[in-house]
Amino acid sequence: MFQIYVLPMIIFAGIGVFAAILLTVFSKVFEVKTDERIEAVNEALPQVNCGSCGYSGCSDYASAIVNKGEAVNLCRPGGSECSRKISKIMGVTAEDAVPQVAVVLCNGDCNATSNKYVFHGIQSCLAANRFYNGSEDCTHGCLGFGDCAAVCPNDAIIIKDRLARIDKSKCIGCGLCTKACPNHLIVVHDITQRIDVCCSSTEIGKIVKSVCSSGCIGCKICEKKCEYDAIHVIDNLARIDYTKCTSCGKCADACPTKAIRKCDTIYEVKLKKE
Amino acid sequence: MKSLFVILLSAILVNNFVLSKFMGICAFLGVSKKLDSAVGMGIAVTFVMICSTAITYPIYLLILVPMGLEYLKTIAFILIIALFVQIVEIVLKKKIPSLYKALGVYLPLITTNCAVLGVAILNINNSYSFVQSVVNALGAGLGFSLALVIFSGVRSRLEAADIPEMFKGVPATLIAASIVSVSFMGFAGMFS
Repeated sequence: MFQIYVLPMIIFAGIGVFAAILLTVFSKVFEVKTDERIEAVNEALPQVNCGSCGYSGCSDYASAIVNKGEAVNLCRPGGSECSRKISKIMGVTAEDAVPQVAVVLCNGDCNATSNKYVFHGIQSCLAANRFYNGSEDCTHGCLGFGDCAAVCPNDAIIIKDRLARIDKSKCIGCGLCTKACPNHLIVVHDITQRIDVCCSSTEIGKIVKSVCSSGCIGCKICEKKCEYDAIHVIDNLARIDYTKCTSCGKCADACPTKAIRKCDTIYEVKLKKE
Repeated sequence: MKSLFVILLSAILVNNFVLSKFMGICAFLGVSKKLDSAVGMGIAVTFVMICSTAITYPIYLLILVPMGLEYLKTIAFILIIALFVQIVEIVLKKKIPSLYKALGVYLPLITTNCAVLGVAILNINNSYSFVQSVVNALGAGLGFSLALVIFSGVRSRLEAADIPEMFKGVPATLIAASIVSVSFMGFAGMFS
């Protein structure tokens, strides 16, 4: 009885106590003092781990702020509220970061574009794009399989009528979708910029017109209407210089194909939802 | 004395734990990307092997065998190995934090590294004496380090090499590992 049951227990308890004592001694002798601020900063971050700050995760960024003196306003999902919290912990003043938002530069939903074939392969933009640049006639447009929606950490992208649409009230501006899109249609810019050229085709106007009813045909009407010299047609595609653009919306009103859009501000989006 | 030398060399070259017995492959493939971390990992594993052998051997012979508890050797050995891995972890975290970071998850993985437990159990199975066991553990550790260092050199060349797209990454690494293993087959039968 003793030999079979109790003895092994005593022996293992002995080994356990021996190990515990040794480990306690070692952990006391080799104690590493971690900075309490790292933990505090980490708690202030939103824990999305999106990587838009340039570090591999929120905790990595937190230790970079404390140890390397990294700027406190790099967190896009957290925005200005987050950087204010961190600057309070770190005792520095930081400029408020302007909230960022992603925009899909394509207008070509299933009503505007036509298909050259029906894609039956793996249902992803990447796969469809490999096969003759996707099933749609326009080779520059949104493929509509939702690779961007799949990577979005906040479910801010919805695919409707085979076109990715971004819910600005949910978008945290992390920019993961910009990397997921095989046609590089998604850009991230300040939320205060309200004018977007929602087309990425650099084909000449005739070709654009033949494949999509709402693409930029490079007519240069917007150039003439702009009072601030902020919009120019380069390579058959209107491009906006956001340093000059005042979001007046005259180009959007004048655009014959409605490729230029004036978007709602985030406040309007939130109001509409309510 | 001669037999100790033979045990040492055979553990390093002929019966290399990684390349001949394919034990401890995960750390071998995981940490061999850079020479620095390969050397660090080699030293850490060697230390754990020697210390755990030096303690598990007397525990087995002086405590477990007289009590008739040989069947408990696996859990006893794992306990001791885990203890030393934990010590290495604590010391590294304090003294060489860069190496601690470079080794990452592979450091606690030494606990369940089959090479380490393999040394402890093979010493018992081969009925080595205490000194022979420690020398065998030293040889196994040095052999592990040697394999890691050689392979880290191979891998740094591999990174610069122009290899077919489909082989890039893990497939090329595994093929390179098999070729390094072939080269160690040349030692077979050297000290028998």
